[in-house]
Amino acid sequence: MALASHRHISSCLCSIHSSLCYSTRPEMERSSLQRQLANLKKSLFDQGNLDEQFDQLEELQDDASPNFVEEVVTLFFRDSSRLVANIEQAIEKSPRDYGSLDALVHQLKDSASSIGAAKMMKECTVFREYCDKRNLEGCLRSFQKVKKEHSTLRLKLENYFQLLRQVGPAEKATRSGN
Amino acid sequence: MSSVGDGDGGQRHVLAVDDSSVDRAVIAGILRSSKLRVTAVDSGKRALELLGLEKKDVSMIITDYWMPEMTGYELLKRVKESSELKEIPVVIMSSENVPNRITRCLEEGAEEFLLKPIRPSDVSRVCSRVLK
Repeated sequence: MALASHRHISSCLCSIHSSLCYSTRPEMERSSLQRQLANLKKSLFDQGNLDEQFDQLEELQDDASPNFVEEVVTLFFRDSSRLVANIEQAIEKSPRDYGSLDALVHQLKDSASSIGAAKMMKECTVFREYCDKRNLEGCLRSFQKVKKEHSTLRLKLENYFQLLRQVGPAEKATRSGN
Repeated sequence: MSSVGDGDGGQRHVLAVDDSSVDRAVIAGILRSSKLRVTAVDSGKRALELLGLEKKDVSMIITDYWMPEMTGYELLKRVKESSELKEIPVVIMSSENVPNRITRCLEEGAEEFLLKPIRPSDVSRVCSRVLK
């Protein structure tokens, strides 16, 4: 009798334990994800990859357009990858047409500014200055920096949107409620 | 007299013109969040085609300055030279702060000249003034 009831109590405790685990684990995972998300965003801003224009775009997101920023960023990387490839071609062409090269970098810079890609904008500005002076060395050096920032930003933003998806819409509600 | 965002019947229609897909998406997003109906096109030529068909429907045109084939300034001129379209307010956007350019556009009849990147606050300011 005692054994049976002991087993009964054990199994009750087990099921209570597992139901506790079932309800707290997702919550713990979610707050860990939220922390990661907050840290990633902070790093993007602190390190100057992004500026307030990005914040402005996030504020435009609502129920009617819940993925607005990700859509715009996707468009940006589609356009900017094309522009980077075109710049690559233009810079290797001989004789070099600094006017066309400058026009391409200008487009890239404008695109970057629309999403708040601050570091890319800065690197493009330097690049344009070298175009102006027809300084090939300078152009090549700054183009390397532009490409590097382009890859870095793409990676960081991919992580960012992935985290956002994992955290889910509740995260947005929390943020807007603050 | 309906105001901006007064339901579908009173919803103002804005025509956005920009050759950059990123900028088109951003300006469209900003305008839609102000409860405006937006059509975004990638060239002055397409803008004029649309205006030819739906001129009575368009309450405002917002256009980039630098576009291949037809600049925003050229589009502005075409609009202001047309007896049918000249009443439509035109706003010009540009990433470059060139005083001569700004003056020329304003003299040609542009309502306002906005510097990129366009902020939602810029757009709501212009819209509340222009879309009465």
